[in-house]
Amino acid sequence: MNKIVFFAQIRELIGTHEINIDAENQTIATMITNLSERGDNWSLALKSHSPLCAVNHTLVDHNYIIKKGDEIALFPPVTGG
Amino acid sequence: MKIDQITEKNSVIKVINHPFDVNQLTEWLANSPKDGAVVTFIGKVRSLENETISLFLEHYAGMTEKALTNIAKQARNRWQLNRIAIIHRVGDLNTNEQIVFVGVSSAHRQDAFATTEFIMDRLKNDAPIWKKERTTRGEEWIAAKKSDINALKKWL
Repeated sequence: MNKIVFFAQIRELIGTHEINIDAENQTIATMITNLSERGDNWSLALKSHSPLCAVNHTLVDHNYIIKKGDEIALFPPVTGG
Repeated sequence: MKIDQITEKNSVIKVINHPFDVNQLTEWLANSPKDGAVVTFIGKVRSLENETISLFLEHYAGMTEKALTNIAKQARNRWQLNRIAIIHRVGDLNTNEQIVFVGVSSAHRQDAFATTEFIMDRLKNDAPIWKKERTTRGEEWIAAKKSDINALKKWL
């Protein structure tokens, strides 16, 4: 299983902070495509906000292959400071 | 909102949801007689044409602290430094409140000035924090700025 967490606009659009799915052996890109099929709000959140992705608190690119137990975060470009 | 804290030797990295004490931080930074320089930066909530009433800051607990700790490590690899403090507020903040504190102590001012700017430039790009602005017209997530990405070029 993998915990997937969402932040900011993406979290608000899909209406949840966290889901648990089995995404093992998929790339991040494939996982995003699959999640986008959950509904219009998911598709809008994940396609129009060019999500950045972190695995276990480290940024990765969308070719990363998900491992068992990875915590995956999807979020828009950051705006702190 | 959870309060997180990482304190390494000579570094204080904190993500907090309450105001910070600038005097206390500056005193801690200025503790060693071997240091000739203490440079501090404070970022504030400003109100411009959008008539900002308040900001809401969301962050990715765990990753934020890791990103800030990593920035402090990078700074230590580039400059001769003694103490580093990076404090970032999250949650609700009103206009004119302090959002971020970056402070550095060093033997000489050049290292302290450069580090403070480096930490802010990296923080703006690396720390998983997002601002939502509340104005008289409603609420909106603030868009990332290209100028913040371009600012990193001077540290290549």
